[in-house]
Amino acid sequence: MTSEPTNVIIVGVGGQGIILASRVLSVAALKSGYRVKVSETHGMAQRGGSVVTHLRYGNSVYSPLISAGQADYLIGFEKIEAVRCLPLIRKDGLLIINDQEIPPLPVLLGRFPYPELTGDSLRGSAPRLQFVPARACARQLGDSRVVNMVLLGCLARHLQIAREYWQMAIDECVRPQYQELDRQAFSTGLNYDIDG
Amino acid sequence: MQQALLTGNEAVARGAFEAGVGVGVGYPGTPSTEILENFVGYPGVYAEWAPNEKVALEVAFGASLAGARVLVTMKHVGLNVAADPFMTMSYTGVNGGLVLITADDPGMYSSQNEQDNRFYARFAQVPMLEPGDSQEAKDYLVKAYLVSEQFDTPVMVRLTTRLSHTRTPVLIGENSAGPVQRDFQRNIPKFVMLPGYARNRHLVVEERRGRLEEYAETSGFNEILWGDRSVGIISSGVVYNYAREALGDGASYLKLGCIYPLPLKLISEFARQVGRLIVVEELEPFLEDQIKAAGLAVAGKDLFPRVGELDPQVIERGVRGSSRFKSYFPVPDGLPGRPPIMCPGCPHRSVFYVLHKLKAIVTGDIGCYTLGAMPPFEAMDACLCMGASIGASLGMEKARGSDFTRRVVAVIGDSTFVHSGITGLIDHVYNKSTGTVIILDNRTTAMTGHQDHPLTGLTLSKQEAVKIDLAALVRVLGVKHVRTVDPYDLQSLEQAVREEMSREEVSVVIASRPCALISRERSIKEMTHLDRCTGCKKCLRLGCPALYLAGDRVHRDEDLCRGCSVCEQVCPQGRGAVEDDE
Repeated sequence: MTSEPTNVIIVGVGGQGIILASRVLSVAALKSGYRVKVSETHGMAQRGGSVVTHLRYGNSVYSPLISAGQADYLIGFEKIEAVRCLPLIRKDGLLIINDQEIPPLPVLLGRFPYPELTGDSLRGSAPRLQFVPARACARQLGDSRVVNMVLLGCLARHLQIAREYWQMAIDECVRPQYQELDRQAFSTGLNYDIDG
Repeated sequence: MQQALLTGNEAVARGAFEAGVGVGVGYPGTPSTEILENFVGYPGVYAEWAPNEKVALEVAFGASLAGARVLVTMKHVGLNVAADPFMTMSYTGVNGGLVLITADDPGMYSSQNEQDNRFYARFAQVPMLEPGDSQEAKDYLVKAYLVSEQFDTPVMVRLTTRLSHTRTPVLIGENSAGPVQRDFQRNIPKFVMLPGYARNRHLVVEERRGRLEEYAETSGFNEILWGDRSVGIISSGVVYNYAREALGDGASYLKLGCIYPLPLKLISEFARQVGRLIVVEELEPFLEDQIKAAGLAVAGKDLFPRVGELDPQVIERGVRGSSRFKSYFPVPDGLPGRPPIMCPGCPHRSVFYVLHKLKAIVTGDIGCYTLGAMPPFEAMDACLCMGASIGASLGMEKARGSDFTRRVVAVIGDSTFVHSGITGLIDHVYNKSTGTVIILDNRTTAMTGHQDHPLTGLTLSKQEAVKIDLAALVRVLGVKHVRTVDPYDLQSLEQAVREEMSREEVSVVIASRPCALISRERSIKEMTHLDRCTGCKKCLRLGCPALYLAGDRVHRDEDLCRGCSVCEQVCPQGRGAVEDDE
């Protein structure tokens, strides 16, 4: 009997760089010798809609989809979208959430307030939560687009994937001119002091 | 051998390359689009976007006739467009091997229906393969060309969204020989489908079906995995992997790689050795009905839904009555939804703003602009299939007369217009319509991820091509009133639409502006109107992601704003604000 795969949900809004983040993680997992399946969202949803990536790796993986209550980790690029995926999280799962609000259409139209989503408001209705100011971190590095690598770095602290494989994955997936910046962003996330 | 993580689509492209395919052709459509985009990158191959799927399959037919191995790709509904050549190609068979990819969309992630294209294989009596992951997708492609040439038939390979867009590891093989080329020889009775010849070819199709049924039994595409024999699962594709996840060793599996024709002897043999026999398949009971017709007792759609995607939870529940997969944390109440939305700077936005303002009756079409049906505009009354907007608006006029038509507008994108809007417009001209068609010319096939088409002046391989002049094309069809406007100029746009709608002759308004995602133009103009914001929220009715309310004033997210200035034009505090009728 093989061990259970590691299940990661990466979720956010179309255009936030979710597919690149999932590619880097999946290549790092593959280089570590695991079987990998990554299910991406393409098409119309990418026009500012909810985008969910299911990523699974382990010694053997069948379903490309993560079933209810099975996700070990969730990286939420946006608060509402992170919370929308709560039904997928394990009882002891970990949510790493970018502390960013992107108002969806009903909020933009002023028909709906953006809900209050904080550690306090979610206590009891969510498992372990970590909010990360990834957008602020990315801006400090000079490019708000590297939010994805900051968050991936935050996740990497918890995974059994060696640093060298992350490096190789970034080199393989990221265009040369952005590699240095993305490596920095990844390190920022890796070293970010959650409790600080 | 090198291992790579490929999507199903990338694996299909790789498989076609390794199989020695020389020609690839298709029309973009989610989830199939990336197949040709990847295939075109391989050395020594030719690949193109055709104007629509029917032309694509005809090009493929010709390439096969001339002796090349051919890959032709489309989404499920694309095969409806290509059904005419497809049905008769079953009769002619092939010269060079021909594989047709149909990418189905259970769950309708990006489609107007979730039709089950497995029926097309049975309809046309051509073999169909269905891979379950990217490695199989690549391997099946290579074998599919051998089947195509051995049995002298087109071969269909069915993908689904989940397979097309899932990355799994693939061992990369070799293509040492380059594209395969067979000789061309005239063969009139085989390829000229006059009734006299077609009658003979129909006999050939029937005889071929018999041979394919035999082949299916031992083809190696189908596989039994023994586990607990109290339950026997028959499944295929990604769904097999869901079943395996859900039931593990608690069941035995017959995994079908060749889903038409079915290996009925193998299925009977499997059925004999298991307790409960259950077919697990998405959408229609395609396998189930054939297995029942063969006289076997089998469960299926009495246990599983006939709509949408399946998943391990649904399968476990269907088979076992309950599932170990359960949620611990519900979605909090009152979470707003996040439907897709027009991008900041999208040139479609102002068009729907105007159509909403004019209370137009709008027949819509397939593209990003179908979002015009959503809040805040809700300015669309119908959307059916590629090109249908134009025929539908003519039908409305003929049913209700030209007074009614003053309110009716057809709205269609540039790529969709070339795909199948041109013939509809010819009908408007021919049958004396007084209708108005707005062509949203954003110079790309946007929704599928920015593919070129005959109006963009570039081919799939980014070679320069003749850039067909849209306004001239429309004029030469007999439309006398053709106006091109910039949709960022709200006043001119509104005036053009108003005037053309009230005109007693057929007219076309071309709203011309590149898609905001491909245009490099990004000028954050100084827009001082927001400094004078009175909180009237009129600009919020544009549904622009760059505008948001904070306190009682509207603000602009400068990371998102593309400087289109449409918000400034609707703002009472803006320069040259458009008058409000409401």
